[in-house]
Amino acid sequence: MKDILVHMEGINKYFPGVQALQDCRFELRRGEVHALVGENGAGKSTMMKVLTGVYQKDAGSITYGGMEVEIASSKTAQKLGISIIHQELNLAPDLTVAQNIYIGREPRRALRLFLDERELKRKVERLFERLNMDLDPDEAVANLTVAKQQMVEIAKALSYDAKVLIMDEPTAALSDSEIDDLFVIINQLRSSGVGIVYISHRMDELKRITDRITVMRDGRYIDTVSTASVTNEQIIAMMVGREIYDSTKQSRIAENSETVLEVKGLSRKGALHNINFKLRKGEIIGFAGLIGAGRTEVARAIFGADPIDAGEIAVHGRKVVLKQPYDAVQAGIGYLSEDRKRYGCIVEMDVKTNVAVASLRKYVNPIGWVNRTKIANAADQIVDMLKVKTPHIDQDVKFLSGGNQQKVVIGKWLTRDCDILIFDEPTRGIDVGAKSEIYKLLNDLAARGKSIIMISSELPEILRMSHRIIVMCEGRITGELDREEATQEQIMRYATLRA
Amino acid sequence: MKMQPKAEMAQLGGKQTALLLKPGVLQQVLAFASLIVLILVFTFSSSNFFQFSNIVGILLSTAVTGVLALGSTFVIITGGIDLSVGTVMTLSAVMTGVFITYWGLPVPLGIVGGILTGAVCGLLSGVMVARLKIPPFIATLAMMMIAKGLALVISGTKPIYFNDDPVFSEVSQGSFFDEIIPGFAIPNAVVIFFIAAIIGSILLSRTIVGRYNFALGSNEEATRLSGVNVNYWKIVIYTITGIFTGLAGILIASRLNSAQPALGSGYELEAIAAVVIGGTSLSGGKGTIVGTVIGALIMSVLTNGLRILSVPQEWQTVVVGIVILLAVYADILRRRKA
Repeated sequence: MKDILVHMEGINKYFPGVQALQDCRFELRRGEVHALVGENGAGKSTMMKVLTGVYQKDAGSITYGGMEVEIASSKTAQKLGISIIHQELNLAPDLTVAQNIYIGREPRRALRLFLDERELKRKVERLFERLNMDLDPDEAVANLTVAKQQMVEIAKALSYDAKVLIMDEPTAALSDSEIDDLFVIINQLRSSGVGIVYISHRMDELKRITDRITVMRDGRYIDTVSTASVTNEQIIAMMVGREIYDSTKQSRIAENSETVLEVKGLSRKGALHNINFKLRKGEIIGFAGLIGAGRTEVARAIFGADPIDAGEIAVHGRKVVLKQPYDAVQAGIGYLSEDRKRYGCIVEMDVKTNVAVASLRKYVNPIGWVNRTKIANAADQIVDMLKVKTPHIDQDVKFLSGGNQQKVVIGKWLTRDCDILIFDEPTRGIDVGAKSEIYKLLNDLAARGKSIIMISSELPEILRMSHRIIVMCEGRITGELDREEATQEQIMRYATLRA
Repeated sequence: MKMQPKAEMAQLGGKQTALLLKPGVLQQVLAFASLIVLILVFTFSSSNFFQFSNIVGILLSTAVTGVLALGSTFVIITGGIDLSVGTVMTLSAVMTGVFITYWGLPVPLGIVGGILTGAVCGLLSGVMVARLKIPPFIATLAMMMIAKGLALVISGTKPIYFNDDPVFSEVSQGSFFDEIIPGFAIPNAVVIFFIAAIIGSILLSRTIVGRYNFALGSNEEATRLSGVNVNYWKIVIYTITGIFTGLAGILIASRLNSAQPALGSGYELEAIAAVVIGGTSLSGGKGTIVGTVIGALIMSVLTNGLRILSVPQEWQTVVVGIVILLAVYADILRRRKA
């Protein structure tokens, strides 16, 4: 088959603790737009990082243009003509458009030391003409919109004579008309024979622009289908799989139970639009959505970590102004970050210090002397209650497993008497056994009258734990589901629902 | 003082405003306006200020820290810092003394040796930062102490005088201009400072080194992923800083007609202050040589003017500190607006 550009077969990749890719395959033809889809963590990015030489595969083969190749570095990939446009753009904001496109390949004169700015400009103008792009080569990249910056990235990739172009969520930050412009360029590239890997979650876009779709799930290859032959529902079904859960559903929370937290019209420019919801006593609300949907931004806004432009937050019916996390903690809100090691616990310190760190004031006498006995007692109590597996409370947190670190962070907020707990990806990086322990703990906390917001990218987890499910997409709430009516497919549909 | 630049800006209407509003240009205009305002204020406050001899004095006192600041500009644009320039300058001066006075080498050779000393120190700092991944602050702090110690050890803690070679003191103190236009006695050190500034400016804005310098400071990862040998260019940039530092060593040794091994600590902070006042961002990616020259001039005009107004030395230091705060805060304010 002459027009097969890339063929990846039997790709394995192992990271400490996870089999990221297992026996994965992918094929790309000349002049094809091929979508790579799957839930967060399905292995799409890892697969593409293997193709671009960022990661080395543990097993499998890559054929490029009919020949088996070893892609040892991103430079090798670049030489072969494989370019990637990352979701987070890789440009130097202080340099101009032209300077960014030809960075590393500047035309030079005299002693190869001096830059030939005129030749640079000529090259860029020729490139833009070929690509039909309208950009000012002398503008600093920092002054461009995200859409324009993306154009610069595309131009840069194509200036290398890329034969394979990988686009990771290219439309994530684009408006509708900008998406149209992008698709014009993609179509142009397709007809010129470039193979394009298109990573996206947006069903409508897949239908519009792609020829074939490859689905991945949990680091495995599921299927490759022709876009025209499948419905959106079929794709979603392949993405989420047909796993059966024996867990009992959460029951409904009584309508008349106290509203603990009320969020009204919360907005932050470019991140959140008119977020409204109520959290009741003893309730677990699951926040579902794709990465970048704005769930963490909601959590950070409620926790006072990011400034808000508009909106009101009321705790126990009283309006509060949360300018910094300190205010939120005073109001009884605790936040458990998805990145425990950086924002959750102080890994270099021991269990008792971590448990007490948010409420030291309780353990200090008026002259500032810390009462260590009291702290030890409180820590012992937490270790008992949450069943933290640690030899003693003087153990440094870095020696605990992920699940037990998470328990220590929970303990920190319980010690502080927080009523509202926000869990951001509470089971990320925690093994299966410990997961169910964390689930049980969340249920216990809810049963004891704590109210919980749980952000999770794992749909089964959302379905299992939540009393109610709020789905977000692009900074908006696109759906609210009762536990009884929620299904994975429905959540995915809301999660890809664009405004 | 803060209103003045704005008034100036308003007069420059039309097309020019668009150009001036570009952050880099605006910063320079602001810095330059502040310099003019300072000069005007001191001229009206004291008749002794705007005298030829005093202006020459200001320029002369700018030369050494100015050359150090030129070098520092390069490293700071990468987002790094070089704390060693003060003591490396001293080490370069001491080595020049060793070459010329102890070893009896000809003056030009001694000068080259002194500059090479600076270059080698810069190269070592660059290797520590780029290859060993030691944070610039720590790597150059170590280099600062190593150079300080070596300068004392090599000189035996005593000054080395250049009395055998009177030519050497001419490098700074003589005036090449005075011979062409009698009476126009601008010291060579000042001329060398301005030539160094021109070379630095060309390096930064016209050459591949300068381009990668900005690219590194702006987004190192993107630069690396574009196939640029980031480590190599970092070492080159630290070496360039070292070369300027070596040159400053020559200038100060020649001006004092001796290498003073105990001198030098604290110069690095003055150099960094000049760079920052000149609008170069400590987070990297932005900066100009013209800005640094203006920044260095602001520092010495301020010190000189305050001295003429009989402000005690202790208070001069306080004022300089406040000026640094104002300069950086103005930069932050403007960036927040943009």
